[in-house]
Amino acid sequence: MRTTLITFARGALAAAAVAGSVSLALAADISGAGASFPYPIYTKWADAYKKETNIGLNYQSIGSGGGIKQIQAKTVTFGASDAPLKGEQLEKDGLIQFPMVMGGVVPVVNLDGIAPGALILDGDTLAKIFLGTITKWDDAAIAKLNPGTKLPSQAIAVVRRSDGSGTTAVFTNYLAEVNGDFKTKVGTSTAVEWPVGIGAKGNEGVANNVQQTKGSIGYVEYAYAKQNKLAHTRMINKAGKTVDPSLASFSAAAGNAEWAKVPGFAIVLTNQPGDGSWPITAATFILMHKKAQDAEASKTALKFFDWAYKNGGKAAEDLDYVPMPKNVVELVEAEWKKILGADGKPVM
Amino acid sequence: MSGAPVPLTLFRFVRFPLTHVDFMTDATATMAFDAALAQRMKVLRKLRLNDMFFAALTRAAAYFVLLLLGAVFISLIFGGREAAMKFGLGFLSSQSWNPVTENFGGLAPIYGTIVTSFIAMLIAVPVGLGIAIFLTETCPPVLRRPIGTAVELLAGIPSIIYGIWGLFVFAPFLQRTLQPTLIDAFANIPVLNTLFAGPPYGIGMLTASFILAIMVLPFITAVARDVFDTVPPMLKEAAYGVGCTRWEVVSSIVVPYTRVGIIGGVMLALGRALGETMAVTFVIGNAHKIAPSLFAPGTTISATIANEFTEAVGDVYTSSLILLGLILFVITFIVLALARLLLYRLEKQGGTK
Repeated sequence: MRTTLITFARGALAAAAVAGSVSLALAADISGAGASFPYPIYTKWADAYKKETNIGLNYQSIGSGGGIKQIQAKTVTFGASDAPLKGEQLEKDGLIQFPMVMGGVVPVVNLDGIAPGALILDGDTLAKIFLGTITKWDDAAIAKLNPGTKLPSQAIAVVRRSDGSGTTAVFTNYLAEVNGDFKTKVGTSTAVEWPVGIGAKGNEGVANNVQQTKGSIGYVEYAYAKQNKLAHTRMINKAGKTVDPSLASFSAAAGNAEWAKVPGFAIVLTNQPGDGSWPITAATFILMHKKAQDAEASKTALKFFDWAYKNGGKAAEDLDYVPMPKNVVELVEAEWKKILGADGKPVM
Repeated sequence: MSGAPVPLTLFRFVRFPLTHVDFMTDATATMAFDAALAQRMKVLRKLRLNDMFFAALTRAAAYFVLLLLGAVFISLIFGGREAAMKFGLGFLSSQSWNPVTENFGGLAPIYGTIVTSFIAMLIAVPVGLGIAIFLTETCPPVLRRPIGTAVELLAGIPSIIYGIWGLFVFAPFLQRTLQPTLIDAFANIPVLNTLFAGPPYGIGMLTASFILAIMVLPFITAVARDVFDTVPPMLKEAAYGVGCTRWEVVSSIVVPYTRVGIIGGVMLALGRALGETMAVTFVIGNAHKIAPSLFAPGTTISATIANEFTEAVGDVYTSSLILLGLILFVITFIVLALARLLLYRLEKQGGTK
């Protein structure tokens, strides 16, 4: 009995010691929460950063909505959201917002005899498909865009997200931009009331459903389309040119945007001008409090972001994300001066 | 205590001191007797205390369930009050689910929940009872063990596995085979041609019902097999003795004898079907629409909550989802109450027969 007690006491001491050291380690970690779309690249950056600096990142991939809630509640040092918050909302919550990395959304199809990139669509036709006004693959509108391609007389099975998502926000933003009907009937949000289609959870859910369903069309982040070897479509952009989804066409869309003019960089890069621009491109954003709760923690986070802007480009491209252009990074880092500590001085 | 008259009833408990004292004188005998009695009372008191403690412990555990249930109920009402106040009873009759305009109605998920569970039970009850009857009545002993274990293993498979299997294997299979066949076969038959209208997506309400049926099958079978085993062999032997066929024995001896247990198993299965989330989410199509066709995508209450809660932005949206949870709670409660009522009436009937 006595020995067990002693062993137990020893165990408890050891456990306390371990717990102590763990909490010390956690204190130095950067805490963030939000969007799941950039989660892979944030963790990849964090791994590399930890090797260099021994500072880790604790990022909860709970979705953009959750990220916004957590930063409002000040439970994390930074929040992450795919859809940018509007200027007045940022003002109200005392937040600053900046884009971290970009990606593209691509329509994907599952049609017999149609190879990846073989089908060409324009925004209006895409919107009509997702509105349910075009219901067959051999519809005249699709046939006109694809002369010479043999389209099956098959019903179109629309696959879209069933959960709220930044991907949906970007995609509906584009469709509303190019089609007035879509704007009034469906609108733009992380979750909308779709007139047609099957709902699937997450990018992977949409990718799986498209792969499983003949005659289907869906939309996913570019990385999912590429990794799952889905048949993406080409799009006709604002300039009237047919473009392939690629890192180059995403960057082209970003290059023409006027970031400096919009508070909080709240630009969704859909339907951008330029011959080479992919029309459904978007950045994912970081949210931080202007009045830093913990100046040291905010500074650590900003240092990590700075490192990621400067050294993370290669890793981002490996995972099919597009790094922010240099001129945007300069604007962002100037914006960081607005993050103040308790003493009223910029934390960085 | 000493000298006081000992209640007669206590003598029953004090047999063993008597065997030792029967050769003693009266006075010493009484003293020894009193001491033994006191000892005995002490033990008894301790036992009674133990018993009271045990009773209190179990009572606390039981009350804890009530407390927990009450807390869940209250927090659901509290969480859903905003949506309830905004939409009122219209929430139950509207199938609009628009996060952009924040206009929510729960009819589509309520309909989906009830219809998928109903179809699932329609399939699972006869099949499940069939398996149980086969296992207890006609199965060769060699097969009894493996089939029984296989059914129990089905119950142990996590629901997400059913969902993945449903999406990757079962739905494409249905899309290629059953759905086009049914659509063509019923194309000219009224009612059935709206019930089985295309296009064949593979996933949809019917697929979800099939998956649910497979998932609840082991519950029905396991409970039914256990209660079938309780039928006294004498009753069955007697029936066979007067020349009853197997069907007659099962339908007029086994099932009536065990109906209370069978209903219990069916209700357990129905409870699981109503609340099942992951597997359904994968194969139902998650569309907030009520379509007459069973091949069309739909949604259920739990699938809606699982899909949308994490990314629900805005108070009305979140509140509407919690209100849906409250409705599921109430539906389950009503189903259980109906089951109780049914059992009660069956028992009353059994008494008058």
